[in-house]
Amino acid sequence: MATATAAENNTFRNEVIAQTPNGHRMLHCLQCGTCGGSCPSGADMELTPRALIALINAGQRDRVLSANTMWACVSCYYCTVRCPQEIPVTDIIYTLKRLSIAERRYKDTDAPALAKTFTDYVDKYGRSFEFGLATGYHLLSRPLSALKMGPMGFSMFTRGRMSLLPTKIRNIDQLQAIIHKAREIGARR
Amino acid sequence: MKYAYYPGCSLECNAAAYDMSVREVADLLGIRLQEIDDWNCCGATEYFSQDELTATAVIARNLALVDPQLKQLVAPCAACYLNLKKTDRLMGEHADLNQKVNEALAAGGLHYRPGTVTVRHMLDVICDDIGEAAVRDKVVKPLTGLRVAPYYGCQVVRPYPENDNPEYPIKMDNLLAWLGAEVVDYPVKAHCCGGHMTQISEPQAFELIRRLLQSAQDYEADLIVCMCPMCQLNLDGYQGRVNGYFNTEFKLPIVYFTQIMGIAFGLDPKKLGFGKELVAALPVIRAKVNGFAPQAAR
Amino acid sequence: MAEKVGIYVCHCGSNIAGMIDVEEVARWAGQNIKDVVVSRDYKFMCSSLGQKLIEDDIRQEGLTRVVVAACSPHLHEKTFRRACQNAGLNQYLCQMTNIREHVSWVSTDRQAATEKAKAMVAAAAERVKYQRPLEPAEVKVNPATLVIGGGIAGLQATLELADAGYPVYLVEREPSIGGHMAQFDKTFPTLDCSACILTPKMSEVGQHEKVKMFTYAEVEEVSGSVGCFKVKIRQKARHVIYEKCTGCGICVEKCPRKVIDDVFEAGMGYRKAIYTPFPQAVPRTPVIDTANCIWFTRGKCQVCSKVCPTQAIDYDQQDEILEIEVGNIIVATGWKLFDCRRIPQYGYGRLANVFTNLEFERMCNAAGPTGGKIVLRDGKTEPQRIAIIHCVGSRDVRHNQYCSNVCCMAALKFGHLVLEKTKAEVYSFYIDMRTPMKDYEEFYQRLLEEGMHFVRGKVAEVTDAARLPDEQGRLIVQVEDTLLGLQRRIPVDMVILMAALEPQADAKELGLKLGISCSMAGWYTERHPKLDPVATMTDGVFVAGACQGPKDIPAAVAQGAAAAARVAGMITAGKVMIEPIIATIDEQKCSGCRICNNLCPYNAIEYDEEKAVSRVIAAMCKGCGTCVAACPANAITGAHFSNEQIAAELEGILWDAKPDGQPAQAAPVDVEISRTLPAATT
Repeated sequence: MATATAAENNTFRNEVIAQTPNGHRMLHCLQCGTCGGSCPSGADMELTPRALIALINAGQRDRVLSANTMWACVSCYYCTVRCPQEIPVTDIIYTLKRLSIAERRYKDTDAPALAKTFTDYVDKYGRSFEFGLATGYHLLSRPLSALKMGPMGFSMFTRGRMSLLPTKIRNIDQLQAIIHKAREIGARR
Repeated sequence: MKYAYYPGCSLECNAAAYDMSVREVADLLGIRLQEIDDWNCCGATEYFSQDELTATAVIARNLALVDPQLKQLVAPCAACYLNLKKTDRLMGEHADLNQKVNEALAAGGLHYRPGTVTVRHMLDVICDDIGEAAVRDKVVKPLTGLRVAPYYGCQVVRPYPENDNPEYPIKMDNLLAWLGAEVVDYPVKAHCCGGHMTQISEPQAFELIRRLLQSAQDYEADLIVCMCPMCQLNLDGYQGRVNGYFNTEFKLPIVYFTQIMGIAFGLDPKKLGFGKELVAALPVIRAKVNGFAPQAAR
Repeated sequence: MAEKVGIYVCHCGSNIAGMIDVEEVARWAGQNIKDVVVSRDYKFMCSSLGQKLIEDDIRQEGLTRVVVAACSPHLHEKTFRRACQNAGLNQYLCQMTNIREHVSWVSTDRQAATEKAKAMVAAAAERVKYQRPLEPAEVKVNPATLVIGGGIAGLQATLELADAGYPVYLVEREPSIGGHMAQFDKTFPTLDCSACILTPKMSEVGQHEKVKMFTYAEVEEVSGSVGCFKVKIRQKARHVIYEKCTGCGICVEKCPRKVIDDVFEAGMGYRKAIYTPFPQAVPRTPVIDTANCIWFTRGKCQVCSKVCPTQAIDYDQQDEILEIEVGNIIVATGWKLFDCRRIPQYGYGRLANVFTNLEFERMCNAAGPTGGKIVLRDGKTEPQRIAIIHCVGSRDVRHNQYCSNVCCMAALKFGHLVLEKTKAEVYSFYIDMRTPMKDYEEFYQRLLEEGMHFVRGKVAEVTDAARLPDEQGRLIVQVEDTLLGLQRRIPVDMVILMAALEPQADAKELGLKLGISCSMAGWYTERHPKLDPVATMTDGVFVAGACQGPKDIPAAVAQGAAAAARVAGMITAGKVMIEPIIATIDEQKCSGCRICNNLCPYNAIEYDEEKAVSRVIAAMCKGCGTCVAACPANAITGAHFSNEQIAAELEGILWDAKPDGQPAQAAPVDVEISRTLPAATT
C-alpha cells in the first residue's frame, strides 16, 4: 500500500470537504461504523462508508475513487440520519461519485452510464425519458437484461405507463442557458 | 388552501395513477393545486452524481417558477420532494452555493431567494393541513377488513426529520386508520426498496425488494400502500421478476395512498388509476373490504 | 490633597506583551494621566518580586492608590489586594484592569491593542482616585450544613461532616435514601454487592445523632448567602406518621392495590400503593402514592389504616414547609437515565426483549423482580445469546455529546454476571473500551479470559425482521464489525442498552434556586474544572457526585468527601469575609416608596414599618446595583461603584475623545450626571 505524504493526506480530504455541504463534519468521525452497519447494500460493498471515510482521512485517493461503494449506494439516507456526529455521509458519497466519474476511476459498474444517459435527456428535453433509458442505456450497456425486461416493459406500455416519445418543455432554451452557465461557473474553480 | 403543484416526470407517465388519484382526492378535500407552468425534471438521484451545481440549478428553476402568490409547493414524488426541499435548504444554508445558483438562474432570467417556498409532500399536506376530522368526514366506504401495510420508503422521511420520525414514521399509519383499514405494523416499513438499483444491479435490487414483500407477507398484509413512484415500480413492476429470481410467489398489490383514499371516499377506481398496476389491486380490495361494491362516479 | 497613583503594567510573559507594547503603555500612563507618580512595567506582576514592587512603592513613594493592568481579577485580585494591605494601604484602593483576556487575547492588531490598553489603564486610574477605603464584613458561619440528595455522594458528605461533630440536614426526594446505588446488583471492578456496601452507610446516616434527615422532601426555596442561608423544605405528605410508624410492613402486605414500580424497579416489577421502595429502606416509614391509592382515587378501602398496629396512617396529612438555617449547602442530586425510546431503531419499548442498563441491574439483583434470574420478559425463558450495546444516547451530537463514563465498565460487569449465572453467550458492541481507573483494565482482561465476545462497531439497528432461517423469532443485531470491515447480522435473544447518564430533569430549576449554573450539557458548573471541582461560583454552595458530571462510585465518594472537607474548613474557620461591595440606603433620603424591595433579585432589602424606610440586609446583598439604579430619590449608593467612580472610568476610556485632544482631567467635569449628585458618601 502506497504511503501518502502529509500534504497529500490533507488535500484529498479538503477536496471532499469543500465539495460536500457540511462536509467538515467528517472531521468528527469516530469510526463507529453506524453508517456501515445501517447500509442496506453494506454486505455488497468492498469498502463500507466508514472505511471510505477512514481512507479519505489517510489520503488514499485512488483506492477511494475506484471503490464500488458509491455505485452500491441507494441514497436511502439511513447513514446520514443515524450518524452520531451528523456527518452527511450520503452527500459525501455523491461527491465521490462525481469525482470518480469526472476522472473515470470507476470499475465494473454501469451506474455512471445510467446517470449520463438520464441527465443527457434532461439537458436535451427538460424531462426524463424512460423509454430512452431503456433503449439508450440498457440495450447498449446490458443487452441481456434489456431482453429480460421485455415482458415488463410491454406490460407497462399497455397500461399507459410508458411513453415511446420524449416530452420537451416549452422553454428548453431557458433551461439550457441555466445549465450552460452553471457548468461555466463550476469550471471556474 | 392553494398550493403550487410539481408532479414530476414519473407522475406524467409511469406513475400516472399517482397523479390521477392525487388530483381526484385533492379536489374532493378542497386542496387546490396549481401546476407550475413549464416545470422541468428534478434530475432524480442521477444529476447529483454528475454535477452538484448544475443539478441544484436545474431544480432551482422550478422553485423560481412558482407563482409568487403561492408559498407552499407540493410534490407527491419522494425524490422530487427531497430534491426541491434540499435545494431550498442548501441554498439557504450556504451563501456561496446560493450565489452561484442564482448566477446560473440569471442566465435564464430567473432568480430564487431560498425560503420563499415551503416544499411539502402530499401525505404531509393531507395529514397536517387537512387533518383527521376532514378526512374521516369524506369516508363513505370504510376499508374495514382490509389489512394494509403502509410503506414509506426513504426520501420523504429521511434525511429531513421534521415531518415524521425517520426510523419509525406513523403518518400514513394514522391516515390509513382514519380510512378504516386495519394497519399492519411491520418492521421494514421505512426500509429502502433499492431505488434505481434495478437498473444497475439486479441481484442487489431484487433482494431489497424481496425483503419488503416478504415482511409484508409474513405480517399477512393484503396490500401495500406507498408514496413514491420508484417504490411502486420496484415493488409492483418488478414483483414478477423477483418471484422468478427467488422462486417466490408474492402476489401483493401495490397502490398509492391517494388511490386507497379515493376508494374509501367512494370515488371511481378508474379515475384513480386502478388497473395501471401490474399486480391487480381491485380484486383484492373487493374481496377483503366488508361489503365493497365498485361505486359509480360521485 | 491630590492622590498618588502607582501604575503597574504586567507583561505576563508574552501573554500580554506579545500583543501589547507594555513599555509604551506604562510610559504613556506616567506622562499623561494626572496624579500618576509611578508607572512601571514588569514581566510577572503576580510573582513575589512583582508584588514587592508595589509594596516598596507604597512605602517609599507614599502611594495612595494602585492600578494593576494584568490578567483577570478572578485570578489575582486577591494577590494584589493583599500586597497593598501588607504595605499598609487599604485593599479597596487597588484596582485591576484586565488587559489580557479583554485586550491581548482578543486582538490581532498590535497598535489597536496598545491603544485599547491605554484607554483601560486610564479608566482604572481615573476611577481609583474616587475609590474609598472599605472593610470587609465578617459573617459568622452557621455550623449546620444542608446536603441535597441522599445518594452515595450525599451520604459520604453527610457522614464526614456529622462524624466531625457538625450538624447536617439531609434532604432526599425519594421515600428512602440510597440513590441509584441501591438499585444495582454488583459494583465494578470488585464485584461487591452494591447494597451490602451501601446499606451500612445508609444505616449510619439514619441513626446519626448529628443528622436530621428529611426524606420524601424537596428544597423549596433558598435565600441568604454563605454562612447564613435560609432554606425552606417541603416535607411532602407521606400520609404515615413518622413518629408512630415502627416499619413493621403490615400495611404494605395487606394493601390490595398493586402498581408498576417505575422508579426503583425501573418498570420491571411491582409495588403497592403504600410502599417502601426496597427492604433496606432508610427510613422504614412507608409512603402512600396518592395517585394510585384506592382511598384517594375512589374513596374506598383504608385497609392500611385498619391493620396498622400503631394508628400511624393519616390520610389528612398535608405537605409541610419547614425552615432551616445553614452555613453551607452541598448539592448531590445525581443523575437520571436517558430515555431509549428516543432511538427507535434499537426497538426499546417496541421489541419486548430490549432492556436498559437499569432494568438489567434490577433483573440481576437477587432482591429484584426476577429473584436475580436472567430471563426474558416472559419471566421464564433463559436467553442463549445476549447483546450489550454501548453508547446509547452518549457520544452522539443529537442526544448527549459527552461520554457517560461508567457504561463500558458496567457492560463488562453485565458480561461477567451473564457468564457467571447462565450458559448464555454475551457480546459487547462498542466504539471504544474505556477502562481508565484503578483495576479497570485488569477487569477488561478478566472478561476477555472469561470468553465474552467483543465486536468493535456501534450497532446500527436491532430488528425482528428475519432474513435467514436462524434469525426467525429472534432479535437481530445489525452492525459493522469495523475491525473486520464487514457488515454482520447477529441473532440474539436479549439486548441490553447501555443508556446514557443525564442530568436530573429539574437540575436547572434547582440550580436557579441555589444560584448555581449548569453547563450546556446540563451538569452543574464547578468553580474550576481542574483545580476546584467541588466548589461553585457561589460561595457556600458546593457540588458532589454525578450531578457535576457522570462518574463512578469511587469518584462520587471522593467528591462527597472533598465537599465535606471544604465545608468543615469553613466551619472551623468560623467566619467568612464578605466583600463590602454592597448597597446602602440613606434613611434621610429614602421616601419609603419600596420600589427597590421587589426589584432586588436576592431579597436583600427589608422594609422598616416603624421608620417607613427600606434597609439593605448587608449579609444578603450581592452588590448588583439594581436598586441603586432604580431608586427615584437617589437614596441608595453602591459601595465601590459610586456614580463618580463610574463616570471617572468612562472619562478614562474616552481620554482621546475630547475635541482639543487634551489628556484626561482629574475631575470628570464634563459628565452631566455628577453635577446633580451630592458628594460621594462611600
